[in-house]
Amino acid sequence: MMSENKNNISRRHFLRNGFWAGCLAGLGGLAGFLIGKLKKTNTVWQIDPYTCIACGNCATYCVLEESAVKCVHAYSVCGYCKICFGFFGPEPVDINEGAENQLCPTGAITRTFVEEPYYEYTIDESLCNGCGKCVKGCNTFGNGSLSLQVRHDRCLNCNECSIAAACPSGAYKRVPADEPYMIKEAGHA
Amino acid sequence: MKRFGFIIIGIALSLILCGVTTGAERFPPPDFVETQHVIPSPTVPGPRQDIYEYIDALVLLAALGLSSYLVLRKRSRRAIFILMVFSLLYFGFYRKGCVCSIGAIQNIVLSIFDRDYAVPIAIAVFFLLPLVFALFFGRVFCAAVCPLGAIQDLVLLRAISVPNWLESGLRLFAYVYLAAAVLFAATGSAFLICRYDPFVAFFRLNGNLNILIIGACLLFISVFIGRPYCRFICPYGVLLRQLSRLSKWRVTITPDECIQCRLCEDSCPFGAIRRPMTNWPTTEYDKGKKRLAVLILLLPVLMFLCGWAGSGLKTVTSRMHATVRLAERIYLEDTGEVEDTTDASLAFRGTGKEPKELYEEASNIRAGFGLGGWFFGGFVGLVIGLKLIAVSVWRQRTDYEAGRASCLACGRCFKYCPKEHVRLNKLKEARSKS
Repeated sequence: MMSENKNNISRRHFLRNGFWAGCLAGLGGLAGFLIGKLKKTNTVWQIDPYTCIACGNCATYCVLEESAVKCVHAYSVCGYCKICFGFFGPEPVDINEGAENQLCPTGAITRTFVEEPYYEYTIDESLCNGCGKCVKGCNTFGNGSLSLQVRHDRCLNCNECSIAAACPSGAYKRVPADEPYMIKEAGHA
Repeated sequence: MKRFGFIIIGIALSLILCGVTTGAERFPPPDFVETQHVIPSPTVPGPRQDIYEYIDALVLLAALGLSSYLVLRKRSRRAIFILMVFSLLYFGFYRKGCVCSIGAIQNIVLSIFDRDYAVPIAIAVFFLLPLVFALFFGRVFCAAVCPLGAIQDLVLLRAISVPNWLESGLRLFAYVYLAAAVLFAATGSAFLICRYDPFVAFFRLNGNLNILIIGACLLFISVFIGRPYCRFICPYGVLLRQLSRLSKWRVTITPDECIQCRLCEDSCPFGAIRRPMTNWPTTEYDKGKKRLAVLILLLPVLMFLCGWAGSGLKTVTSRMHATVRLAERIYLEDTGEVEDTTDASLAFRGTGKEPKELYEEASNIRAGFGLGGWFFGGFVGLVIGLKLIAVSVWRQRTDYEAGRASCLACGRCFKYCPKEHVRLNKLKEARSKS
């Protein structure tokens, strides 16, 4: 009886040790697999400006109270238009900087005169809420130099980005952290 | 107003001239000959440096090591509690609960199924380290490192014991949740665990209202039922449970030999203490043997049935994938079943892609869900079957023990053991002598 019991225990121990070693080997194998395909840098979220349709979800779906997505101005693409439809509302009363003429709901865009007939548009990021109204206007009527970008000084880099889950066009994606921005460049179709 | 009309006409003309279809650069950027104005470039504030990710991984390693020491050698609930609070502050409130080991499951799965996605080192470490520690020391991760466990443990005031059958039944949800999370991550649809992480809104002091309400409800339940997320929901807990069954070292209630005093019996708020069991009565034994045989035969049948059901649900489950949703929407619009459009369908039409391509892509994804559904259902069937089998197996036990799988290593039971007090007194004497 005694020896049988002892045998039993040792068999159980053997099985347990076998399983234990198997699990450890499995984890090791997984680690090996992961190392084999390792990318040195992390990934971060970014918006592809050529796919983005400026639907406005970025302003509301971010887990931050004030979205991490802001409008970024690629100056080199800008036509420095006098009448910018990223800046002016669809039916401006007058072509000046009066608040009633502006499209931006928070007044984040400032318009400064450079030389006749060119004006420079600058975005005050502390006011921008990432709604994309100006982006839509600029894409429809202008060069499309305004685009929405994830600002990495604000982004928490959530594992599942709430905006990405709500993005209707698939423009929101993971990019390598060493090239964290996709800012439009002149000459790109 | 007249002037404005001219402007509009002017713009329209220039648009036509520049070619509306090309989109970009309708108005060539000026070169500012007169003023020599320098065209500025936009600012690009960088993301958090990778080095901080490595620091997180190191903190995790240190916390796990310290937790193992405190649980197995020091045996001090107070020290475990302090480490737990630290983890809550660091991994929870400072690091905003992201990335955590629980969510890392999905990154690992995605990297296995998606050739283009590679897991960053830090996430791999977050996934693997707690599992390796579980193989050696049990669930020390749950004890004092996981911020989700910590936040529930902090509010636990009045534990009500949950009957065994109910606990086991509710725990089935965690297995289903794990399987679903793996299914959706493998198909690249969504990270379910992150989307429904109940406490991340607290860590960020911000977030989706629905999740905040779910989190608040769970926290309220945690006041009376110890760590409901860890016991009944946590998909990573499922992995830790199974690995800690095999652990080399584990929590022992008594530092010495159990004297069967029963003082620790009700000390565990998580129902993880196993009572001594005698042998089965012979009449029961024969009945149990037959039942076990039937259940073992039932296991493959159960797996097949659940797998079949899981696969049959592919039309529903595949809707988690954005492409399938979009394809369904486009189909409805094209057949005239719906009149309006959505942002997604407009964006799709803007790309100029053929709906046929989209349908093909969607049906491939759906086929993937069909195959994944077999595994999903098969796994759930296996778990149900094994749970039934476990009910019919009688394990003899002579002492009060911490359950290998369900013990969260919180250290509450230590001080209930009279032998522990003997040990502590001896320690004190030794200290006062020296």
